[in-house]
Amino acid sequence: MDRRLPPRGGEWIDRSRPVEFRFEGAAYRGFEGDVVTSALWANDVRLMGRSFKYHRPRGLYSLAGHDANVMLEDGLRTNLRGDLTAIAPGLDLHAVNTVGGVDKDWLQVMGRFSRFLPVGFYYKAFHTPRLLFPFYEKQMRKAAGLGRIDSAAVSDPSPKDYAFGDLLVVGAGPAGLSGAIAAAEHGLKVMLVDEQPRPGGSLAWQGAEHPDVSHTLNGLLERVDQLDNIELRCGTQAAGWYADHWVALADDCRLTKLRAKATLVAAGCFEQPAVFQNNDLPGVMLGSAAQRLMHLYAVKPFDRAVVLAANSDGYRVALDLHAAGVVVAAIADLRQDGEPTAVAQQAADAGIAVHRGYAVYEAVPTRGNKRVRGAVICPLDRDGNPRTDSVQQVDCDGIVVSVGWAPNGGLISQAGGRFAYSERIGQLRPQQLPEGIMAAGRVNGVFDLHDQINDGRRAGLAAAARLGQYEGDVPDIPGHRGAPPSHPYPILPHEGKKNFVDFDEDLHLTDFINAHQEGYDNIELMKRFTTVGMGPSQGKLSNINAIRILARLNGASINETGTTTSRPFHQPVPLRLLAGRRFHPQRRTPIDRWHAEAGAQMVHAGAWLRPEYYQVDGRSRDACILAEAVNVRTGVGLIDVSTLGKIQISGPDAALFLERIYTGRFTKQPVGRLRYGLACDETGVIIEDGVIARLGDDRFYVTATSGGAAAFYREMQRWALIWGTDITLINATSQLAAVNLAGPGSRDVLRELTDIDLSPEAFPYLGVRGGFVGGAAATVMRVGFVGELGYEIHVPASQSRHVWTTLMQAGRDRGIRAFGVEAQRLLRLEKGHLIVGQDTDALTNPYEADVAWAIGKDKPFFVGARSLEIVRKQPLNRRLVGLTFAAASTGPLPEECHLIIADGDIAGRVTSIAKQTTLGYPVAMAFVRPDLAEAGQVVQIRVDGGALAEAQVAGLPFYDPENIRQQTPSHR
Amino acid sequence: MPYRLIKFALSKTHPERRMFRAPAKLKDEYDAVIIGGGGHGLAAAYYLAHDHGMTNVAVVDKGYIGGGGTGRNTAIIRSNYLTPEGVRFYQGSVELFQDLSRELDLNLFYSERGHFTLAHSPASLRTQRWRAEVNKHLGIESEVVGPEFIKRTVPEIDLQVGGKQAPISGALYHPPGAIARHDAVAWAYARGADRRGAEIHQQTAVTGIDIRDGEVAGVHTDKGFIKTKKVLSAVAGWTTHITRMVGLRTPLVIHPLQALVTEPLKPWLNSIVVSASLHLYVSQSSRGELVTGASLDPYELISMRSTLGFAEGLGTGLLDLFPCLGDIKVMRQWAGLCDMTPDFSPLMGTTPVKGFYLDAGWGTWGFKATPICGKTIAFTLARDQDHELIKAFNLSRFEQFELVGEKGAASVGH
Repeated sequence: MDRRLPPRGGEWIDRSRPVEFRFEGAAYRGFEGDVVTSALWANDVRLMGRSFKYHRPRGLYSLAGHDANVMLEDGLRTNLRGDLTAIAPGLDLHAVNTVGGVDKDWLQVMGRFSRFLPVGFYYKAFHTPRLLFPFYEKQMRKAAGLGRIDSAAVSDPSPKDYAFGDLLVVGAGPAGLSGAIAAAEHGLKVMLVDEQPRPGGSLAWQGAEHPDVSHTLNGLLERVDQLDNIELRCGTQAAGWYADHWVALADDCRLTKLRAKATLVAAGCFEQPAVFQNNDLPGVMLGSAAQRLMHLYAVKPFDRAVVLAANSDGYRVALDLHAAGVVVAAIADLRQDGEPTAVAQQAADAGIAVHRGYAVYEAVPTRGNKRVRGAVICPLDRDGNPRTDSVQQVDCDGIVVSVGWAPNGGLISQAGGRFAYSERIGQLRPQQLPEGIMAAGRVNGVFDLHDQINDGRRAGLAAAARLGQYEGDVPDIPGHRGAPPSHPYPILPHEGKKNFVDFDEDLHLTDFINAHQEGYDNIELMKRFTTVGMGPSQGKLSNINAIRILARLNGASINETGTTTSRPFHQPVPLRLLAGRRFHPQRRTPIDRWHAEAGAQMVHAGAWLRPEYYQVDGRSRDACILAEAVNVRTGVGLIDVSTLGKIQISGPDAALFLERIYTGRFTKQPVGRLRYGLACDETGVIIEDGVIARLGDDRFYVTATSGGAAAFYREMQRWALIWGTDITLINATSQLAAVNLAGPGSRDVLRELTDIDLSPEAFPYLGVRGGFVGGAAATVMRVGFVGELGYEIHVPASQSRHVWTTLMQAGRDRGIRAFGVEAQRLLRLEKGHLIVGQDTDALTNPYEADVAWAIGKDKPFFVGARSLEIVRKQPLNRRLVGLTFAAASTGPLPEECHLIIADGDIAGRVTSIAKQTTLGYPVAMAFVRPDLAEAGQVVQIRVDGGALAEAQVAGLPFYDPENIRQQTPSHR
Repeated sequence: MPYRLIKFALSKTHPERRMFRAPAKLKDEYDAVIIGGGGHGLAAAYYLAHDHGMTNVAVVDKGYIGGGGTGRNTAIIRSNYLTPEGVRFYQGSVELFQDLSRELDLNLFYSERGHFTLAHSPASLRTQRWRAEVNKHLGIESEVVGPEFIKRTVPEIDLQVGGKQAPISGALYHPPGAIARHDAVAWAYARGADRRGAEIHQQTAVTGIDIRDGEVAGVHTDKGFIKTKKVLSAVAGWTTHITRMVGLRTPLVIHPLQALVTEPLKPWLNSIVVSASLHLYVSQSSRGELVTGASLDPYELISMRSTLGFAEGLGTGLLDLFPCLGDIKVMRQWAGLCDMTPDFSPLMGTTPVKGFYLDAGWGTWGFKATPICGKTIAFTLARDQDHELIKAFNLSRFEQFELVGEKGAASVGH
């Protein structure tokens, strides 16, 4: 049956573009502009989904994006809301969370057990005996949840957009449009968003029978169009308000991050359900939903309707239905005095029977609960209780509910605004608005159309005034006249216990009464115990009724009862929009291409990619690494160390600053010399080490570890600000590159390429010199990290590849080879140099790490000094030592972080190990208990599988303890 | 269907009474006052009554019970810590948790799901091995596992993490890692404490603490003065507010911690997955929602507002790990307050102020400690002597530099 009405002005569908789609296996036709729900209803499909707990049939209810019971999946995507999803050719949809389809859903049997499953039932059972809980839990997990994920789903990355403006206006209804216009007319740059695909808000579907309504709407839209400083974005929700008017705008394909100077919320209201028996049946819907169906999608909602009203909106809906050819069998008006305005007479004139002081007490279902076949109405006594002795049934196939509204004020709450209950409108309305937040229209408690337009204008002017663009008077908020648009308690008890308060969570009135009886008597506890408002629609259709119920149970006012906290997001936002393009910085050194061509096996080191080793055909990884290391020991090698942090510090306080940052002394450091720098945090824990080169009296150049450089630079900046030292910090990590030429042959290789005098006398160990290398301006430092004669050459990044290839060329005759990170790690371990973060941990102090020599004597202050002064006086808990393993041993060797065990207790931990070394036997560094730290002692290490490996404590370094390799000129 | 549900069907009226009373007013004097009606404070009240027979106890909370960290955390329970002190303490908690539903007769949905801490670098793999070795030494199920095992257990995971970052090279796997229904833990302890005589006073804010001659003499609240000789501060993110009242200095700093939850999904993620590199942890609740969070906000702040950057970062990390989740929607985000210690271990026990006890320093690890903390702090309060399991966590450790370093392991250690 086709329920489509004849074409009407203002409809959103394009009848020239039919769209075929499938739902639950059957084919349907709709039009472009339809959402799934409207198209299905047009095809007379009413059962569209099943409820979460009892699997009750559900259908169209709000048609405003809050119908969490009509959730669909299309194989790739899931939890698609029927009233938000546009139909598209080929769409093949199924309802989520059914077994055997939405029509048969075998899980509807859950409804039969509802007496066994009162609120919080799962807290009261299943946990004893304990062994059975996992079984029950599995069943409950299976029953919970809505859509299924598709593990093969792939989403395209979506770009993010940034927007800036003076004023964000949320909602393009009468108040939002007029607010945007007023603000824009005073020069504000306005972003106007509406979550619906077209502007107009309630003007598009309410009061559409008045010709002046469409005239008003068109007038506003034309004016918006004329104003270049209004950007109108439809299909865009303001998903969350964050500090300083930083607002997330989400549409179908992207997240826009907007920074505004003020926000005007004109987002209207959510129409609210009435609570009566079977109020969830497909065919019971909000008045606004019926109007949206008729006016936006040209669908006739029912053939014969009963309207439950408590405001003039209900009468208008009845008249709309009547005009669309629906027989309105009755209006049951909850109010004893009925409707005071002229619409009451119009309804009477249309021949509609109006019952004052009546309620719809029950919706009568067809067999199988899938459709409405009647409404049981009954009079109310003076206290508002149904008089069940005089019920009557009215045949109908639809029940329309218009009993009240709740403000769509989530953004206002997120911004820190507060709402208070107004008896006059029977609703919450903004009470205190934070600076820069405006509210207008229905969300502000203004319900009359002309008042809404005026209120929007007022708020627009207020925004302009706030931003200094308007100096005239800002009018007052129009006061509400007439009867309250919301009923104070549209909730009817029924012993059938199918009078739902929260459709998402299948909570009925008794659940709240029971929760209250159990002590959950304040709004937050009630929310958590009943889970009201925790479903996908986040309480948009249930929170206010829950508050009304709790207030009544406590004998308290709504204001005393309070509300729960509104949190982002307004509507759920897909992860792909939040993730955007998922940028991950990947850093490569300027010499990267050379490495790739040379067969480098790259490894991630933080954001950097570095050569781990260079693959030689036919050789194992370990063999390649060892060969690279041996080549450094015996000949000459070259490693790319561009990843080192490279920080320039200059200014009158530069030396003073370094003395505070590092543990050592730098004021008397001679120009042209290097010093080791060790940095601690305030608790005396080692956080960083590096080399400090003095290039001039007030000019230093510092290297920091590849992994720690960024954080350490931030730390330096922080301290520089706190201390107010007169220095300039430059992080030159990316603009400079560095290579380390190491090995006994390094001097010979370098000599031919530089103007720097490399003789040991002119350029001793721990010297730094400026000059040219291969034609590039270079800072050259004589360091010994790997334990050999070596030069660390820092050059501009742009020239580093040239310098690298020139060095490789020059060293060819001497057998130069590039070496990677692994060989360097091996070499430094042999030399006993610790790596911060590997050989130290989150508590390591310089004393236990055996680097206390780097602490300057009698310094007035450095970061961590006070703590270290205390630590120094205490006995050591552990010491960092060397371990050696027998060369011939064939037993298992430990991995890094295996534990040293003594007398059955943890007595230490291996921090670094090299199984193949240039020394011919495995070596390691380890923390051990002080009593085990004497060289020569034997310790046991528990390895994988629980076996114990034996090692001997040795002094550090293992290699060249006399440092001879640095002191004698290398042989030719 | 369990027989216990039958009474609901057979009974005309709801056959349950209040879980906890709402006493009309405060008494003049209590043997102990517990500030903070979260899981910790309520557990302390329960064990004071249950283990030590102290029932003249008031729990006061300025809001409602379980409304702070208890209601805001992501409900992960595990004992695979790094330090032996930490491991023993949290293992005590796991053991209590395992039997807690029975003991308190409320189903807390304590659900052992297995807990992965992913390693994306040799450095993090080293730390995981360290933890595994310490755990195993102390009898905790904990193992470093390879990528194949991870993929087999969580097939939706992308081991290459999108291909732009270091791939997953292994993980610390902790089979007893569990989740629970966090609110219910507070309610169950509240009921247990209430039934044994303790009074729970919600909407009662502490405004001051009287100290005479270095000893606690009483507590001022907005509902009047209470005489007492013993006060326990169990207010997590508000601890510095309370310690100021007794003139106690602590090294605590307060940071916000955020979390978010997706729309409910049918069960697919059976494990708890943590990645420090991606700054995220995620599990699927019994309601089907993905409950996920990140590391602390990097600034000190007493604010429970959410940030967009957090949601964006988490979205990025989740899709790096589970590329199939692109169309899954985030329903709600929120924030809580964490009182962080420098060594990422709790701050518990006696203090230099006689009669004033701390249950603090809970950073991001408070929920999982609820039972053991309640039990040991109750002991401490009843006997005025630190329980053996919490000696290492005393405030004095910061003066004496005897820190319990969990920092390396716990930066996203949920």
